Amino acid sequence: MSVWEYAPAPESRDLANLQPNYRPFIDGEFVDGGGDPLKSVNPATEEILAEVGTAAEPDVDTAVRAARRAFEQVWGPMPGAERAKYLFRIARLLQERARELAVLETLDNGKPIKESRDSDVPTAAAHFFYHAGWADKLDYAGYGPDPQPLGVAGQIIPWNFPLLMLAWKIAPALATGNTVVLKPAETTPLSALVFAEICQQAGLPAGVVNIVPGAGDVGSLLVRHPGIDKIAFTGSTAVGKEIQHAVAGTPKRLTLELGGKAANVVFDDAPLDQAVEGIVNGIFFNQGHVCCAGSRLLVQESVAEELLGKLRARVSTLRLGDPLDKNTDIGAINSAEQLARIRELTASGEDEGAQRWTSPCELPERGFFFAPTVLSGVEQSMRVAREEIFGPVLSVLTFRTPDEAVAKANNTPYGLSAGLWTEKGSRILWLADRMRAGVVWANTFNRFDPAAPFGGYQESGFGREGGRTGLEAYLHV
Amino acid sequence: MSDRVSVAKTYKLYIDGKFPRSESGRTYPVTDSVGGFLANASHASRKDVRDAVSAARKAFGGWSGATAYNRGQVLYRVAEMLEGRREQFAAEVSACEGVPTAEAMSTVDTAVDRWVWYAGWTDKIASVLGAANPVAGPYFSFTVPEPTGIAAVLAPQSSSLLGLVSVLAPVVATGCTAVVVSSADRPLPAITLSEVLATSDVPGGVVNVLTGRADELGPWLASHADVNAVDPTGASPGARVDVAQQASGTVKRVLTVPGDEPDWTRRPDISRLRHYLEAKTVWHPKGT
Repeated sequence: MSVWEYAPAPESRDLANLQPNYRPFIDGEFVDGGGDPLKSVNPATEEILAEVGTAAEPDVDTAVRAARRAFEQVWGPMPGAERAKYLFRIARLLQERARELAVLETLDNGKPIKESRDSDVPTAAAHFFYHAGWADKLDYAGYGPDPQPLGVAGQIIPWNFPLLMLAWKIAPALATGNTVVLKPAETTPLSALVFAEICQQAGLPAGVVNIVPGAGDVGSLLVRHPGIDKIAFTGSTAVGKEIQHAVAGTPKRLTLELGGKAANVVFDDAPLDQAVEGIVNGIFFNQGHVCCAGSRLLVQESVAEELLGKLRARVSTLRLGDPLDKNTDIGAINSAEQLARIRELTASGEDEGAQRWTSPCELPERGFFFAPTVLSGVEQSMRVAREEIFGPVLSVLTFRTPDEAVAKANNTPYGLSAGLWTEKGSRILWLADRMRAGVVWANTFNRFDPAAPFGGYQESGFGREGGRTGLEAYLHV
Repeated sequence: MSDRVSVAKTYKLYIDGKFPRSESGRTYPVTDSVGGFLANASHASRKDVRDAVSAARKAFGGWSGATAYNRGQVLYRVAEMLEGRREQFAAEVSACEGVPTAEAMSTVDTAVDRWVWYAGWTDKIASVLGAANPVAGPYFSFTVPEPTGIAAVLAPQSSSLLGLVSVLAPVVATGCTAVVVSSADRPLPAITLSEVLATSDVPGGVVNVLTGRADELGPWLASHADVNAVDPTGASPGARVDVAQQASGTVKRVLTVPGDEPDWTRRPDISRLRHYLEAKTVWHPKGT
């Protein structure tokens, strides 16, 4: 059988309209930040994309004051119906500039263009569209008549879905009448600063949205700033705990969306080919840089060998390489640090006795890449079964009975998501009840929608994003 | 007629459906509002905290897995038992809080009614907080509230019965199980409430009551990895900070509470129920 190779189909990087310099966005203007500028790197090539000004303490202070002023004088008093129209405008502007944003996101993050184009950017726009409609309907949200906003929200987001996480944070905050100071991740600040330009184009009043790039120290300034009423954080469980500790005893409200170690449970009656697609999506989507990734495959013993064979065959077909190529399935790991962590944890799995299988795909000479890897024979005690790898590495465990599957799936301090694969409806509902996780995907995986609440149990955090439930995070209730 | 000597009660802890003394052997004297001796209460220790948490964890599966209708019936049964002991509760509230018997009786009545109010929520809260999510794709997506797990409840220091009921009933109504630290100086109604729970079909371990110091026991509860949520109401302002910091170690849900003890006679809302509930979103494809 002849094999038809894919011809390269790269998206043009010119579409990103890259600027040599990006600056913090405070009180409606781009300003010079007092912090040391950072250089944002394309993880697929290791080239420097742009220099980005960062915020120092006075800049954070100015941003918080601007947000306070905007909250008290403009955004807070504004009727919900008027706030809504700004959010609708932002949604439309995101759609209009979708191609530019998708290319920029792929350059800065390393994710495949087909994911930034088909998932990150459209879902970000959808979040603004959805929440725009809530702005004048909050009386009906179930939090009593005329629920009030909290004030100024400090928001800290990760590098895995830079624009989408921004949308998850800013859209509900603005819809409920809060103003925000947002810190994008150190390695992926660019799309947030283009979003700032979109706020200008939308005519959003100055100070309603402020973007303060920087590293963890800027996040820490936000968390500790007395002028902030609410902190919303998405990121690692370790940092989440530090933040919870820091705000303890203050009047600040807090929501956390942290790590995960999701079980993806496959029963012997599952349609295996369909399950394989779900497993691949669950762990290799976005290079596995997903807090809800299905990183622990629990497969019923009787079908384990068959499933592993099918899985390896399918993973072998995944195309790893230039994230800008529309055929690419697996892009670049976001940073050298993250790549080192993935390598270290994967090696620990081998050291502890797991069998490693890695896709025979070629790795580009430059850039941060890690070939899709499946570790089988994993035991619950191994680090690769307990710790979040946040990379394209799947740990495979087996089970015999439904009760054992439940016990193993829940044997984690996390509790963000779970996957279930079985044709038996009653078993799905039985399992869904027993999964200690905030999101359960049955015969599917990684589905996200602004209308569907998302968030974790236990050490995966608290609070929800999306749906009516998600509004609670930004209201006095 | 000779004066009969009354039979005095020994007030103990309530753990796993039983009434043990503190393993530490510690007790402390409880007095009425004018200093008269009422009882020697058990002074719970860190080991008692651990025993109570493990009992609560053991009971969680059964209680959270019971039907909401069943939980509602069991909790309504608690109200029936409370009603039958109105006089006893009124006497204890009156002694502990130093209020006239008539006022204490009114407080007890409010507490019973509060318990009935929460009992009725068990099979309704899911339809108020849950949803069918209108997602943009061929999927059925729904969200249901589920109990978050084990709640550590530091009960109010002033309101020995009504306050206690107001913070405990929402925990068990959601399907969570509880470890309660009673008011330190006014613990008697809490122990009597335990006797009510023990005779009301509430499974052992669903509610565990410790008498002692919230400021001492609270941080231990907040640092216990098997506790999922904390209500710091009964802790002093300084201890509340400690409790909240300890709670961050395993990302516990810490209830935001007012600085001063609120007026418990005010009609409650569902915010306490919401605090002990997680939203779970389930997705399934639609297709032929």
